[in-house]
Amino acid sequence: MQIKDIQEEIIEEFSMFEDWMQRYEYMIELGKSLPLIEEQYKTDDNIIKGCQSKVWVHAELEADKLVFTADSDAIITKGIIAILIRVFSHQKPADIIKADTNFIDEIGLKEHLSPTRANGLVSMIKQLKLYAIAYQTQLN
Amino acid sequence: MIETKLNIETIRKDFPILSRKVNGYPLVYLDNAATSQTPKQVIDVIVDYYSRYNANIHRGIHSLSQEATDAFENSRSTIQKHLNAKYPHEVIFTSGTTHSINIVANGFSSILKKGDEILVSAMEHHSNIVPWQMLCERTGAILKVIPMNHQGELLLSSFEVLLSSRTKLVVCNHVSNALGTINPIKQIIDLSHQFGAAILIDGAQAAPHLTVDIQELEADFYTLSGHKICGPTGIGVLYGKEAWLNKLPPYQGGGEMISEVTFEKTTYADLPHKFEAGTPNIAGGIALGAAIDYINGFGLHYIAAYEHELLSYATKKLSAIEGLEIYGQASEKTSVISFNIKGIHPYDIGSILDKLGIAVRTGHHCAQPIMDYYNISGTIRASFCFYNTLDEVDRLVEGVLKAKSMLS
Repeated sequence: MQIKDIQEEIIEEFSMFEDWMQRYEYMIELGKSLPLIEEQYKTDDNIIKGCQSKVWVHAELEADKLVFTADSDAIITKGIIAILIRVFSHQKPADIIKADTNFIDEIGLKEHLSPTRANGLVSMIKQLKLYAIAYQTQLN
Repeated sequence: MIETKLNIETIRKDFPILSRKVNGYPLVYLDNAATSQTPKQVIDVIVDYYSRYNANIHRGIHSLSQEATDAFENSRSTIQKHLNAKYPHEVIFTSGTTHSINIVANGFSSILKKGDEILVSAMEHHSNIVPWQMLCERTGAILKVIPMNHQGELLLSSFEVLLSSRTKLVVCNHVSNALGTINPIKQIIDLSHQFGAAILIDGAQAAPHLTVDIQELEADFYTLSGHKICGPTGIGVLYGKEAWLNKLPPYQGGGEMISEVTFEKTTYADLPHKFEAGTPNIAGGIALGAAIDYINGFGLHYIAAYEHELLSYATKKLSAIEGLEIYGQASEKTSVISFNIKGIHPYDIGSILDKLGIAVRTGHHCAQPIMDYYNISGTIRASFCFYNTLDEVDRLVEGVLKAKSMLS
């Protein structure tokens, strides 16, 4: 599936929730189901700065696609990462770089997050795109 | 019901913000240790200043300037009396406690020598750690830490061992922002003076709750922040003993702080102006006086007694939640509860409480060494003010239970 299609799918899923409680419960469920990053990658180098809770992200190429694994010590944050990974993992670096991120606003993720988390979200997306840029250079 | 001389329902009407809703729920504001709310009596003073007599102070010939100067200096006297300082000119207006501490830390640059020691307590806010580390870098002085126990109480026996003729300065808060511990500052001050050390007390967390008698305490420096005592942001106080303030060099140069300026030499103004370079926060200074008058209208002892009841009730209710641990159980505490629930990140709980209209603080509370001591990344902190109610404590407890069930 292409990034845009996955985003549409997520927007549709979130449109079914009636209130913040359901959204949070969904994100908490997603957080719990997130496949964990391997312990060896939970290093200070892989911590995303700008998040109030700890977030580790690891990226590696499988053929021409970038695969992300991640973890956090806070469960709602893990839920957010799970959504981002669903959108951006197993995609070509070039597609990740040019991907639009408006879906974040459309699913109301930003408005339902405290300012510190919203900043963290921006940092997370930036970090995923930076990985894509780095690996794109490698592919070229 | 709590037996109190305060009429809490009437008091709440003084605070416009308390009637607003957040995320669809009536606001429960329990982040008072970060910033207290402002009563309309104080807001009105700010509006009145800008509406009627906004003018620069201390040097104008016109009437507005004189009115503004009088109001500003009256406020200084109000603060002097409130702290029972000896002279009004021992009260320096600053932008807040951080600024106050930096004035002193900067001043000691010209006093300390290599090998001199500064003792700092283990439960300080970063603003009472970092300026001293910077001072040590500049002078070669050494920073040593007064340790605390698991209850969150300073170990005075260790403090006595650390004190020596090398100790030039001791810095300690009156009340810990992260734990609520009330430190035995009179003892700490007396011990410091026995060794000839100067002492600075960070009173930011104490001023809203405790009566402070500076002359009885004999602190050399005492700081407070307006926004934690129902005043506006951007205004605070540095109290300094006259002799010390005369000894310290000025922090910033500029207008107001001079006596005479030529390109060859400048002589500095007398206290308090020596430390108040530039146009001060005039409205803030006047409003801080109004905030102190407002608090004193109730009496700090009544406020402290009521807040203590809130603390006891909240401690009892929260302690009953399985897996909940409270950090800081000192025998003397202000109305602050720092806690975690086993296996759940404080941010997750704080986020859900926010969705329920309950404002708490989460994180390290600018006191990372305390978090390191307990080996945690942060806590949830609920801090109560005299306008909070038992019902609000119940809302907090319900919120925590709700968050716990969602996150477990």
